[in-house]
Amino acid sequence: MKDNLWRRKRYEAIFAVVGLLALMIGVLTFATLFAEMAINGMGRLDWSFFTSFPSRRPGEAGILSAWIGSTLVMVVTAFFAVPLGVAAGVYLEEYARKNWVTDLIEINITNLAGVPSIVYGLLALGLFVYQFGLGQSILAAGLTLALLILPVVIVATREAIRSIPQAIREGSYALGATQWQTVRYHILPYSSAGILTGVIIGMARAIGETAPIITIGALTFIAFLPPSPVQAAPPFLSFEWLLSPFTVMPIQMFNWTSRPEAAFQVNAAAAGFVLVIMTLAMNGLAIWLRYRLRRNIKW
Amino acid sequence: MSAPDTLMSTELMRERKVALAPKAQVSGLDFYYGDFRALKSINLTVYEQQVTALIGPSGCGKSTFLRCFNRMHDLYPGNRYAGSIVLHPDNTDLLSREVDPIEVRMRIGMVFQKPNPFPKSIFENVAYGLRVRGEVSRRRMAEKVEQALESAALLDEVKDRLHQPAYNLSGGQQQRLCIARALATDPELLLFDEPTSALDPIATASIEELIHDLKKQVTILIVTHNMQQAARVSDYTAYMYLGELIETGVTDELFIKPRMKQTEDYITGRFG
Repeated sequence: MKDNLWRRKRYEAIFAVVGLLALMIGVLTFATLFAEMAINGMGRLDWSFFTSFPSRRPGEAGILSAWIGSTLVMVVTAFFAVPLGVAAGVYLEEYARKNWVTDLIEINITNLAGVPSIVYGLLALGLFVYQFGLGQSILAAGLTLALLILPVVIVATREAIRSIPQAIREGSYALGATQWQTVRYHILPYSSAGILTGVIIGMARAIGETAPIITIGALTFIAFLPPSPVQAAPPFLSFEWLLSPFTVMPIQMFNWTSRPEAAFQVNAAAAGFVLVIMTLAMNGLAIWLRYRLRRNIKW
Repeated sequence: MSAPDTLMSTELMRERKVALAPKAQVSGLDFYYGDFRALKSINLTVYEQQVTALIGPSGCGKSTFLRCFNRMHDLYPGNRYAGSIVLHPDNTDLLSREVDPIEVRMRIGMVFQKPNPFPKSIFENVAYGLRVRGEVSRRRMAEKVEQALESAALLDEVKDRLHQPAYNLSGGQQQRLCIARALATDPELLLFDEPTSALDPIATASIEELIHDLKKQVTILIVTHNMQQAARVSDYTAYMYLGELIETGVTDELFIKPRMKQTEDYITGRFG
């Protein structure tokens, strides 16, 4: 009996070791890459790196146009992906009849999440850049990335909505609420934590996307900023920046890594470090928001 | 089969010396879940300001029947009603296609099996029915909320923490909150679907006492699987079995002298 127990426990130990190794391969690989990038790039990480345009001289080159470009593209992406994705998710869960059409749509959405991003780039090149005449602009890039993360937002919305107990809906309807009131007062507030998490994870993916942005023709060397969205004169807000050419962080990195001078590799490492920090910060924000918003929701 | 309630001893009603006006009249009600006929030609009169209990073994259709009154079944596809439930005094057929289920639910409140407060404050829970009806006056809303909490015997326990989350309340308090939530919009008929099955005996006693007090202001229809509870709280009892209404009667009479053998077997605990 002791022997039998010992033999069974041996497998337990083996699995624990294998599992730990598998975990370590993932964690250590990332940690090493990140550390190497940090060490390589550290020398270039100072204030002027963030406030300088790219330059032919590696010591003077910075990521100003790239991080501003990335930020603006993300704003456009969120502006389009969030309302569209949330509305589609709410419609599918709360309004649509469950039949083969909705099943088909559901399968399609899941598949869309797996379409290579370059394909979205090609679609956007034909549709946004040429057909709609948006050109190689921030707007076109934002729309492209919005399409790319739309399935992520829809799926996150649906999952968040599904976790709301049916008893809450019935309670609302039993008091004479309409379907919209139930969505407005219950479904949206209680699923907002899950939706936000999904949105931010989608955005974290979008911020690192290079292929579709190159496809639609982002510039790789850009030494000016888009027009400011805020003006001194009325109407104070300007949307000219939407149609401005731009570059984004991963493209700036890509540009630097393809240069022969070693000093540019340092710049690329520094930009990579900043990009990873931006992504991690977004994921951290997602975790914090989820914690904050879920604190008051229990059933 | 189902004894029409007109047969129900008229002498006994007279004996009680109460003016019994019908609040709702169910006639020939059939209900289908897809092809499954869950309710079979049910006839029942629910009297105003009385408590009517629906009893019967699990799966007999008593909850299904209850949920016809506020058209809850309309929320799910494939459900179908036949027959009518006429609500007095205006003789509206609740099941008619021309009647909007939302309109029905604005007149008929419901309390569920498991307390289901919204994850909002105590105040917001009770105010919700008023809010969806478009009430904007803060003063009127606060008055209504206070009244409803008072009627649900909860005001004293929560008046200092109206703006705290409702889930901090105990199970029994949550159920009374759900009752207050339903009362805030002055329903004409209040449906209870096994309201104490998730509660401990003390909380159960307080809910039963409340139901007893509430019948002065609202007509009550309650589903319970607990016969003692039906005997304690109701004036009328209807016994259901396999989707049919077997017998209805004045509670005291039905429990002492059931007319049908099946009812007797159930209430004496021979099955169920």
